[in-house]
Amino acid sequence: MSATAQLSDAAKRKIDRELTKYPADQKQSAVMSALAIAQDEHGWLPNELMEDVARYLGMPSVAVYEVATFYNMYNLKPMGKHKITVCTNLPCALSGGVDAAEYLKQRLGVGWKEMTADGRFTIVEGECMGACGDAPVLIVNNKRMCSFMSQDKLDQLIEELK
Amino acid sequence: MAMIDYGPDALILKGLDGNNWRLKDYESRAGYQALKKILKDGIKPEDVIAEVKKSALRGRGGAGFPTGLKWSFMPRAFPGAKYLVCNSDEGEPGTFKDRDIIRYNPHILIEGMIIAGYAMGIPVGYNYIHGEIWADYERFEEALDEARAAGYLGKNILGSDFSFELHAHHGYGAYICGEETALLESLEGKKGQPRFKPPFPASFGLYGKPTTINNTETFAAVPYILREGGDAFLNLGKPNNGGTKIFSISGHVARPGNYEINMGTPFAKLLELAGGMRGGKKIKGVIPGGSSMPVIKGDIMMTLDMDYDSIAKAGSMLGSGAVIVMDETTCMVKAAERLAYFYYEESCGQCTPCREGTGWLYRIINRIEHGNGRQEDLDLLLNLADQIQGRTICALGDAAAMPTRAFVKTYREEFEYHVAHKRCMVGPGGYSTPAQHESLAMAAE
Ligand SMILES: Cc1cc2nc3c(=O)[nH]c(=O)nc-3n(C[C@H](O)[C@H](O)[C@H](O)COP(=O)(O)O)c2cc1C
Ligand code: SF4
Ligand code: FES
Repeated sequence: MSATAQLSDAAKRKIDRELTKYPADQKQSAVMSALAIAQDEHGWLPNELMEDVARYLGMPSVAVYEVATFYNMYNLKPMGKHKITVCTNLPCALSGGVDAAEYLKQRLGVGWKEMTADGRFTIVEGECMGACGDAPVLIVNNKRMCSFMSQDKLDQLIEELK
Repeated sequence: MAMIDYGPDALILKGLDGNNWRLKDYESRAGYQALKKILKDGIKPEDVIAEVKKSALRGRGGAGFPTGLKWSFMPRAFPGAKYLVCNSDEGEPGTFKDRDIIRYNPHILIEGMIIAGYAMGIPVGYNYIHGEIWADYERFEEALDEARAAGYLGKNILGSDFSFELHAHHGYGAYICGEETALLESLEGKKGQPRFKPPFPASFGLYGKPTTINNTETFAAVPYILREGGDAFLNLGKPNNGGTKIFSISGHVARPGNYEINMGTPFAKLLELAGGMRGGKKIKGVIPGGSSMPVIKGDIMMTLDMDYDSIAKAGSMLGSGAVIVMDETTCMVKAAERLAYFYYEESCGQCTPCREGTGWLYRIINRIEHGNGRQEDLDLLLNLADQIQGRTICALGDAAAMPTRAFVKTYREEFEYHVAHKRCMVGPGGYSTPAQHESLAMAAE
């Protein structure tokens, strides 16, 4: 992770595409996608990266910071290479969501929000992901949802995510 | 590809196999015919709204507000920008129906929104999709591209003088953005903190302009209503409760999943569609409309019908149609604790009764669950619920208070047992034995 985290040109092009969705005087509407794009590239959101987003969208940096701290899927500190968010809310818990989370914690030897010593994983407790019929469910790095996560499937996933 | 079994009454989710979501597939299921008919026959916008009123379609996002009436609030002649917003934030624990619409039948939602835009004279729409279902958000964008390329979206749709643009916007992990004014704040690129109402979105919505917001399933019901007529939709359900409704069943049933049934179908029938109770266990309690709604005892639930009015009569609400089923092995204190934690975690912190009250609710239930409760705690919980409900900017406060009150009142002896014996009545585990449920082999897997 570089000390000077900045939006790449590729990231800026993606943000430009998002900007076409909103009225020209409402660039701020693209801030959530801009932060997600920035985070995808960098893994998390250091202050200077948020400032770059603010500059690019013509917003005060404090407004960007407010958004980044309000929404749970933004990473405000470094994460393992794979952030695994497990849903433990009631509907999932009734179908093994908590069991899956406990199994993961044990296998990886970490608690919630902790990173494994090799930097590969951070596991995070999640709230309802709108997929309760598929419990246990988890999301890898905010993008990939995995369903019906039995212990076998959890083992496979950990193997796969080097 | 095998069809996904959403039940015999399915209409929005009919004929889907997980892969036939593209434009050409939708067109072969009579897709976009309602829109074509409206534009070709020059059906007047006010007649479209009249048809929706006749259908008795009620909002599927939670509150059950009559959709046609909501549409008539939009000042159609207002000059300048107006917006249409679809609420696909779907964060209410237990709810997972909008996701199946978006990933397996996205064009039905797009067609519904175009028709809504036409009916209310709105030129631009957004679909706000929660960030947790990223692949489905991307699929929706692909579907939008298809609709644009085919001339269903954009300028002069199908050669008419009606133009409508539609975009997808994603959330990033905040339940409160499902509340419609928080969602608008979020769309404007801010923290998702609910606004004071009034003014209502119909007069001061997105970017301060008149805005109509509906849930995904609400829009998805619209093409059928315009194609087959409001009466046809109404007659599927009951007076004042028109049409079909998608119920998301989770918890201790053999086949959790979405089932689309006619409004007013007995709960017992729905449970049967879901394969009955997992492992043949006894039903203990059901939350009939998403985690914010009061829990109902299992034996009472077995006598109820699934429509807004029947569930309301029994003291709960149909809400979003998320049915959470709990069997005899469930510890109701633990269940209440997990839900209280959720509301505490998701409170946006703007109003004191909600910010402080949700924390209190959670901590008190937590100490009861862990054997440190006091007998007075039960009344304290009920008192707190009364202090929160009705005293906040948005309904999240109520959403925390109502289930807590219902859990304490319905299962009071279980809470008392925890306090008196410092342990659980139902034995270890609390939620269930580890899940061995028959998983629905969803086509997308
Ligand atoms: C805390 C809270 C969360 C909500 N979450 C959702 C949601 O995820 N999806 C939804 O459609 N409506 C949700 N609603 C209801 C919306 O505010 C709004 O009533 C609804 O989107 C209107 O659409 P409808 O009339 O089609 O139901 C929520 C309300 C509250 C108070
Ligand atoms: S009730 Fe709770 S969530 Fe709603 S505005 Fe107040 S503090 Fe925020
Ligand atoms: S409770 Fe886990 S996805 Fe809904």
